This record gives sequence, structure tokens and C-alpha cells, in this order.
Amino acid sequence: MRKAFKPKIVTSNHLLDGDAIYLTGAGVWSRRFADARVFEAKDEADQALAGADAQRDVHVGAYLADAELDHDGTPKPAHFRERFRATGPSVYPHGKQAEA
Amino acid sequence: MYDYSEFDEGFVRARVAEFRGQVERRISGALTEEEFKPLRLKNGLYLQLHAYMLRVAIPYGTMNSRQMRQLAMIAERWDKGFGHFTTRQNVQFNWPKLVDVPDILDALADVSMHAIQTSGNCIRNVTADHFAGAAADEIEDPRLTAELLRQWSTDHPEFQYLPRKFKIAVTGSPNDRAVTRAHDIGLRTVRGPGGEAGFEVLVGGGLGRTPMIGKVVRDFLPKQDLLPYIEAILRVYNLSGRRDNKYKARIKILVHETGIDELRKRIEDEFTARRKSFPGVDPRLLESLESGFAPPGFVSLGDAPYKDAVRADSGFRAWAATNVAAHKAPGYGIVTVSLKPVGGIPGDATSEQMRALADVAERYGHDELRVSHEQNIIIPHIHRARIPSAYEALKEAGLATPNIGLASDIIACPGMDYCALATARSIPIAQEISSRFKELGLEDRIGPLKIKISGCINACGHHHVGHIGILGLDRAGVENYQITLGGDATETAAIGEKTGPGFSADDLVPALERLAGRYLEVRQSKDETFLESYRRLGATPFKEALYGESLRKAA
Repeated sequence: MRKAFKPKIVTSNHLLDGDAIYLTGAGVWSRRFADARVFEAKDEADQALAGADAQRDVHVGAYLADAELDHDGTPKPAHFRERFRATGPSVYPHGKQAEA
Repeated sequence: MYDYSEFDEGFVRARVAEFRGQVERRISGALTEEEFKPLRLKNGLYLQLHAYMLRVAIPYGTMNSRQMRQLAMIAERWDKGFGHFTTRQNVQFNWPKLVDVPDILDALADVSMHAIQTSGNCIRNVTADHFAGAAADEIEDPRLTAELLRQWSTDHPEFQYLPRKFKIAVTGSPNDRAVTRAHDIGLRTVRGPGGEAGFEVLVGGGLGRTPMIGKVVRDFLPKQDLLPYIEAILRVYNLSGRRDNKYKARIKILVHETGIDELRKRIEDEFTARRKSFPGVDPRLLESLESGFAPPGFVSLGDAPYKDAVRADSGFRAWAATNVAAHKAPGYGIVTVSLKPVGGIPGDATSEQMRALADVAERYGHDELRVSHEQNIIIPHIHRARIPSAYEALKEAGLATPNIGLASDIIACPGMDYCALATARSIPIAQEISSRFKELGLEDRIGPLKIKISGCINACGHHHVGHIGILGLDRAGVENYQITLGGDATETAAIGEKTGPGFSADDLVPALERLAGRYLEVRQSKDETFLESYRRLGATPFKEALYGESLRKAA
């Protein structure tokens, strides 16, 4: 049986500071996971990733990550690795959580 | 201390200038990431989960106060006010911006430091016993050998594209504090038939997904043959090591698949051929290196202040019992400064703490500092008369935790709090163990215990050689921790055995408490360490403590 496709977002790291960034519906990068566009279909997700790959002078190492939708429809990370990337280290109040 | 020669200085500056150009071209878009990545890795620059990470070499772990102060400055100016000391005698900065990295490298070059060959498939920072030049049991200072290897391996044209990374460790003492048996090459200083110092050469040790204890490839290597012999090993590995599979590319796999006897023959043949054109080291170079490792001008003082402090101050007494080791010079002690405060992050030091360490080393310790693979800082030469003053200064800086060699002196890799390769977090586990064991008073009752934690199978946290090893994994999207027991990083090295299924983050520390409790029940006396009990009794009683209920259910 084929595994059901899990909703995806496109994420990468910013070239200049390495911070995690997310591709939005407007096709630009945001530093907030909540701004990410969620792709419900594999083809769309792959296409978005290929598009992101074409502009590699602003970011490094784009990939697709699993996402879930909050009760109000806001995207959130499905896996703990992405949860840390979206907030910062759990041992110091550094990174995104400090800027929030 | 070894100071950079004009050649070293020019070489490092040229590398910084070259990297500055590469960074500019990457930012302008002239270089793609595919082109840039190998270049940045050659200069120690990684991309992690939240930011870039710069890994700076501290060759054979040795620094002076000026260098430590410069690390403090870099941490403050370009990072978030702290640095992380690692199991490879490196220091890592977790938050540099790409554009600032050339400036950071220039600031390092100002104090004879660099980040060259701290990454990539080359010969990495050569590590050595952190008690080098000070240990009471030392045959010879291993740092001269390590420096020689550093100079020989830096930009060595033949060994820039090895099948995989290559790590060399050197110890000058029979008590192995440099984990030589878990390195690609381990060099143990031994006495030859005529009483002269030389090396026992170990090859093919390593941790990671296929842990192996190094095998003896040469019982005794005369010192003058060191470089041609090491070159012979590297050449055989470079030509025969596997390049088809990253996970089988380390020399340990070559040793395993070829067999040590066959490999030894190939190395000896290569050595015989090579020695004809490469007789070894220029004696003048060796002489100039030797002066860089001359012992400091040891002084002679009475040690009444030390004895008084031991008598009068129970805090000092407890700290001295764990954190001061025997020194070879009369009246001296080796002070290990713990970077493992209760509930703290193993290996982290703030800029203020780095400056305090520099001050203590400068004022009381002949201006020398070391980084240990156990993520602590050593001030190797302090006269006992000055140790109480050093202790007071360290205490003021929050650096007087009396726990060296005890349960809370934990090695932990950065894990998923920082590392892009991690499968689980390591640091919070170390923090919880250290807090909990302290709270229960377990630490003092247990005595010597090495707990080592890695957040992925690559084993930067040396979990395989921990008396208790912990490996963090991702099991179906949840952090899960596997326990190994009976590992040993010393001259009696052993790989720990897996106990069984892993534990969730919540269940792990209670399981370790049961394990510690079982040890306290079964040990023959207070003098029998955890490792000794484990070796005497085997895994069964400890597995019962970990899995009691489920074991019974299964029966």
C-alpha cells in the first residue's frame, strides 16, 4: 500500500545567517513557520521545491518537511526536529524564540 | 608554548584572505553552494539547524591566556557570549554570520589560531593527553609529536581527499587519557628495548555507527621513523580505503575487511619504500619545536597554604579531592576546571568564564590552559601553594564544581539543540541526569562513573566508551534513548554493550536511577567502581534493574 502523502512545506536556511526560513504563498521566504505555504499534493510540493532550488543564491539546502495544521489553520511542524528549527535550541532562549 | 613561525603566520593569513574572497563570491552569487560547501568545510564552517557553526582547532588542546581571552572576545562580538568546548579539543561558536567569519578567522590568526582541517575528509586536529607535560605518569610530552603531525598534515597535498576524515591521538603516558584506541591512528608512547622512547602504533579504532577498538599495527616505532611510517599508513588507506560507501570509508573498515596482518604487511612495504626518499624529520626543525614545549620555570614553594585550605575549608577539600591530579614537578598539582555545573550544559563557557580561566592561568598557572576531550578546561601547572587562591578565583566565576570523574562530569554532544545530523537531543538529558543525581545524593555515593551521551549514531559524545553510554535516536518521530554499559575509553578500552530497547526521555533518568541503585547494592565494597562491578558480574543484574518488569513479563 502506498503511504498517504503528508502535507509539506518548503524550508531552507538563509545564506547570510543560516536561520531557518520558509517558503510562503507569495513565493518569498519568511522566518516564521506559521507563514509557510502548506502543500497538500506531492506534485505541487515537488514543483515548489524545484522553484526554490532555482534561487539558491539567497538560501542553502532547501527541502520538504512535514507540516500539520493547527485548529485555526496555522501551519505547524509535524516533527520535533522542525519544531526546534522553528523555535531555537531548547537549552538557551536563543534564535527565533528570542526574537518572537 | 609553541609559537607560530613566520611560515605558519603567513600560511594562516593567506588562508584567511583566500576564504574572505570565497565568502564574497558566495554572497555575490558567483559561487554556488555546491562549489562553496567544500571550501567552507575546509575552514571549519558548518551549517547547523539554526545558524552557521565555526569549529576552531585547539591543537593538542593547548592554549595560553591570550588565546583564551581572544575566544572570549570572539564569543562576545560575533556570537552570543559563549563557546562550546568539544570532545575533539576544539571550540565551537554556534551563531556566527557568514559575512563575519573571515573577520573571526583573522582574529584567531592574531593569536596563532585557526579553523583549518577541522572538517572534511582530511587529517583532523591532532589531539593529545590534556595532562601532557604535567602528568606524573608521563614518559614524554606527546605534544611535540602532535605539533609535528600538525605541521606535516596541514595542507599535505597527498592527503586532502582521503576516503573519509582521519583522526590521530597521541598519549605520552601509560594511563591513556587521549582515547587513543578509538582513533584512526593512536600513538602510545612506550619504552623500547634500550629504554628509549618510541610509539606503539594503533590503527583502525573509531566510534560512530561501527565502533571498533584500534589494533596494534606496530609494537614499537622509533621516533625518527614516525612521519614516514604514518605516511605509509595514510598512503595505504588513501589507495585502498573504500570510496563506494561513506559508512564504510573509515580506515577501521579497511582494517576489518583486510585483516590487520595483511594490512601491516602492506604498510611495512610502503614504509620501506617511502623511507628511502623521506628519512623523517629535519633535526633542526625538531629542535626548534622542542623549545616550544620546554617545561615552564617551575618554582619551589612551601605547600602550607594548600594543607591549611584542606584542613579549614570543606568546600576546597571536596574540590581538591576530585579536581586536582598528581603533577610530575614537586609541589605542583594539575587543576581540572569542570565545565559541568549541576544542571549546566557540558562544555559551555561564557566569555566572562573564559576570561576568569585566562586570569587564573596567567596569575597562578604559568599561563597555560588545556581543553580536554571530556569537555573540561585544565590548568596544568599550578603550585599547590597557589591552588587555594586559584580555587577562590574559580569559585567566584562559578567554575569550582567538584565533580571531575563523577556521574555529573558528563560528555554530551550538542545534539538536536544545534546539530543538523542529530536524531535526538543530548544536552537536556545531561542536565537532567546531573541535577537528579545531585539531588538524590547519588553522585558522591557512586564515585567514579563516566556517562557519555550522543545525539546520533555518529557518536561525537563517545557513548560507546562510556561506562554508561546513552544514544539518542528518533523512533517514529519521538526522541528515544538507548543505553549501553561497560564501555571504557582508557588503556583498557572496550565498547559498551547494548542493554535492550530504548527509553523515552521521561523514562530514561528513572531507569538510570535504578541502574545506579543496583550498582550500590551489588558492589563488593566502596572501592569497587561501577565498571569493575559490571566486569565482575556481567550485564544481567544491570539489565534487570533497567527492564525488571518487562523481563519478568517476557519470562
